[in-house]
Amino acid sequence: MSSPILAHLVSDLVAGRIRVVDLTHTLAPEFPPIVLPPEFGESAPVRIEEVSRYDARGPAWYWNNLSFGEHTGTHFDAPIHWVTGRDLPNNATDTILLDRFIASASVIDCSREAAEDADYLLTVAKMRAFEERHGRILPRSWVLMRTDWSKRSNDPVAFQNFDETGQHTPGPDVEAVRFLVEERDVLGFGTETIGTDAGQAAHLRPPYPCHALMHGAGRFGLQCLTNLDLLPPTGAVLIAAPLKIRQGSGSPLRVLALVAA
Amino acid sequence: MRAAARPYEDVVVAAPVTVPYTRHSIHSAHWFLAQALAKLIKTAGIRKSDIDGLAVSSFTLAPDTAVGFTQHVGLSPRFLEHAPMGGASAIVQLRRAARAVEAGDAHIVACIAGDANHVDSFRLNTASFSRFARDAVYPYGSGGPNGSFALLTAHYMRAYGARREDYGKLCVAQRQNALSNPLALFRRKLSLEEYLNARLIADPIRLFDCVMPCAGADGFLVMRRATAKKLDLPHARLLAAIERHNAYPEDPIQFRGGWALDREALYDQAGVAPKDIDLLEAYDDYPVITLMQIEDLGFCAKGEGPDFVRRHSFTIDGSFPLNTSGGQLSMGQAGAAGGHLGLVEAIRQLIGAPLGAQVERARLGLVSGFGMINYDRGLCSGAAILAAEGRRKRGKKR
Amino acid sequence: MPGGQVKRRNPLVPLKPPLVPPFWRSRAAQGLTAAAARGLFALQRCEDCGAVQYPPRDACVECLSARLRWRPMEGGGELLSETLIRHGQELYFRERAPWRVGLVRLDCGPSAIVALHGACEPAPSRLRLRLALDKSGQALMIGLPEKDTPDMAKDPLIRETTCAPRARKVLVTDAKTKLGRAMVEALVAAGADLVWAGHAAPWKPSPHLKALGALAPVTLVPLDVTDESSVRELAGSIGGKVDILINTAEYHRPGSITSRAGVETARAEMEVNYFGLLRLAQGFAPALKARAADGPASATAWVNILSIHALSNDPAHGTFSASKAAALSLAQALRTDLQASGIRVINAFPGPIDDEWNARVPPPKLSPAALAASVVDALERGLEDVYPGEVAKDFVARFLDNPKALERELAG
Repeated sequence: MSSPILAHLVSDLVAGRIRVVDLTHTLAPEFPPIVLPPEFGESAPVRIEEVSRYDARGPAWYWNNLSFGEHTGTHFDAPIHWVTGRDLPNNATDTILLDRFIASASVIDCSREAAEDADYLLTVAKMRAFEERHGRILPRSWVLMRTDWSKRSNDPVAFQNFDETGQHTPGPDVEAVRFLVEERDVLGFGTETIGTDAGQAAHLRPPYPCHALMHGAGRFGLQCLTNLDLLPPTGAVLIAAPLKIRQGSGSPLRVLALVAA
Repeated sequence: MRAAARPYEDVVVAAPVTVPYTRHSIHSAHWFLAQALAKLIKTAGIRKSDIDGLAVSSFTLAPDTAVGFTQHVGLSPRFLEHAPMGGASAIVQLRRAARAVEAGDAHIVACIAGDANHVDSFRLNTASFSRFARDAVYPYGSGGPNGSFALLTAHYMRAYGARREDYGKLCVAQRQNALSNPLALFRRKLSLEEYLNARLIADPIRLFDCVMPCAGADGFLVMRRATAKKLDLPHARLLAAIERHNAYPEDPIQFRGGWALDREALYDQAGVAPKDIDLLEAYDDYPVITLMQIEDLGFCAKGEGPDFVRRHSFTIDGSFPLNTSGGQLSMGQAGAAGGHLGLVEAIRQLIGAPLGAQVERARLGLVSGFGMINYDRGLCSGAAILAAEGRRKRGKKR
Repeated sequence: MPGGQVKRRNPLVPLKPPLVPPFWRSRAAQGLTAAAARGLFALQRCEDCGAVQYPPRDACVECLSARLRWRPMEGGGELLSETLIRHGQELYFRERAPWRVGLVRLDCGPSAIVALHGACEPAPSRLRLRLALDKSGQALMIGLPEKDTPDMAKDPLIRETTCAPRARKVLVTDAKTKLGRAMVEALVAAGADLVWAGHAAPWKPSPHLKALGALAPVTLVPLDVTDESSVRELAGSIGGKVDILINTAEYHRPGSITSRAGVETARAEMEVNYFGLLRLAQGFAPALKARAADGPASATAWVNILSIHALSNDPAHGTFSASKAAALSLAQALRTDLQASGIRVINAFPGPIDDEWNARVPPPKLSPAALAASVVDALERGLEDVYPGEVAKDFVARFLDNPKALERELAG
């Protein structure tokens, strides 16, 4: 049985009535990784080591060996990533229910606020204002925080934005996360920065609320997104399926958005 | 206490042969040594199988020794000697062979030495000459004898007042002697000016202080006088011979050789004195060594060599004929054959058949050998006194 | 502008291939090399009769005893004779002719043929003897004038046996650490023509990097030794100019091997300390070798900052020690690879450095500045193995004396 909906989807794609927007950074060694205090274990960086390139190591073929941590590049956070989500059902990259990987997205534009204040925290008030203009955030949808932070990605120092007190990047405040989970039942939260939480989120109560509360409720995270400025406030459909890593806490992935042209 | 060696009884040397020297050759040491052997057989008019003793010296025979060479040339000797002693090899071969024929261990001993010289042979030989040379000389850029002899030459000049002109006089005289020798590689007259102004090699040594490495071979036969007479071979009698290795290790730098330790034994055994010697074939791979031999063999006192040089002409027709074939400085140095060159020339002079000019009334010849700069000095020294046949042995006179 | 200290090379004249002097030595003579590698003057001395031996032997020249021990000696002697070799047989010496050589009576007994410094008085004269490493990496006995002269270091003999950073271009692979900073500063003070200061992870703040970059001879360059493409890119951009490479990049996490689960930290250590060295070798060694005869400021040396615990593991820094042992092994392979071109590999074996990862290690600890100074000293003296500071010297003495005892002592 064929579905007319899928047939429409394909014909709209072919006809250019639906655009595909790539929300993914190129996975590369120089892309800034997450940095923890050095006494903690560290994520392996992205490394691409040539196996052969039409040479003595393999005369007719070119290929590489890849190594990276689960949380490198544009990546997906599964609930098992955080201690609060460790015992939930279907909490890892290989067990998350498949239909969660395709969902609509709301894009909340915080670019002006983030430009003024690197430590900007997204509030409930800001989200209610969004809903007043664009409608209520749907259950089981992604909420993406647009900060235009991805435009700093060719300047790793500005992208990481460390000083002696740590990292300064925007993110949601505690109440905003609670609101999304408890009152809007979202699928997950996505950002353009290295964490779904703000750079200074260690000082919030609880620390790292987006990790603690979102994953504790079985919801997901998307980080290091780009091109959010090409998405409409609502109506985009995200295809975001992590690698099927056994008991994976997350993975780099290709995030595609389908947008009406 | 010096142990007196038993006198040699009726041991003679005969059939001096030379395989003509060439600067470079594609032939191997085996080829040169075999040619020397063939010449010995032809000169003596014997069969190959008549040779029942063999002594071999060569730097370039590797991986063979004298043993492998016997199979190469199909000899079955009952006396075999491998003497890797460089310029002292001829004297050492002679000493061994003389006692062997005396004792009846061999009837006719062929003493041969020769070396190949391919284009890169010299560098390769010096690079692997000895363990001490590889550890403590070659890495210092003085690989090969030039550097080592330069140090001895400079020291001798400073210690005993020798001048460049003194060394030059020996080189010029030897070249004069070579002019009549058709086998000498250098047969152009050498002037003292040319000597003094030649290219510097390793100060104070200049080009004409150095022997030229070449390929070639020499040989002679050792037998009892009765054998020589039966073969109707011209010959010279062996009166005395000495050898010494690593003499005076306590000297911080070499200024004398083993001859000084053994010369009394030499003259005692021969029953002659230095003044009786008619010609000296000294080992001449740098004139400073010739000076040392003149002193250490008792022709003058230590340090008086330079004076001695100034008093003599060293030419065949002059006073104190020295290196009458031109020596290695004019004939070239065919590796281990370098010591044989003087010995075969002494035999030739004493039997009246020199390659070049004849020393008049040549009755007593002294041949001296020197070899093996193992590290900082030559280790092997040797000398022999040969007499022309018919000369009556005199009483002791010193 | 860098390059001012040395006359520039005519780019139309072909680069000379590097030549090295004869390498072969007997096993006994390697004792000289072992001493020279550490900057010592040592000869064999008979334990039975006291006779000092030279050239090195397998039996005492006086009493035939086999008990010959390498002992540090006073390096005095008298020059008896000398020559200038103008016509060497080896290409190396031909290219460097004339070459001054002397015969010396050592105060301790034997005579030796030595390479002579140009400032030595003519024979007879007093000399100081030293053991130096030549371009083949083997020991050479050299004669120096009794007293230093102002231009000692300019003599060809000194140039051939040392790797001074003066007028040379140096890459310090990680300048962000305390050691990296001290290293760059020491090189600038030693007259380096140019110092490339490598820095990885530019987003991690470094309080001193900007100030280093402001020093006239210093250029900051991105370099992450864990990233093959980063190494390749930098090698592509400056590899053909580097005369000395000093690998200061290090990853160190203290702890016993059972105190931390898993291998990720150990792997990170290996990625920097071992694979980092391998990546650098593959990126930079080919050009270094090619430029080993590139004039008076040719490519000359490669320095590894290892650890004294590369020799024997400190269980309190278990995986770190192991990674340094791996690096030492690789450095030996690198040494052989570079030796054929006359490039020296210098290994520094410091004890604990006074940095954040040795905070729980009791004093004495080695200051980064002292370590940097000893590296510059090793380059200027042409050493191969450097044990900077008291802890390292004590450690290596115990190691050489009885490695098993040291293993037990480190457990305590």
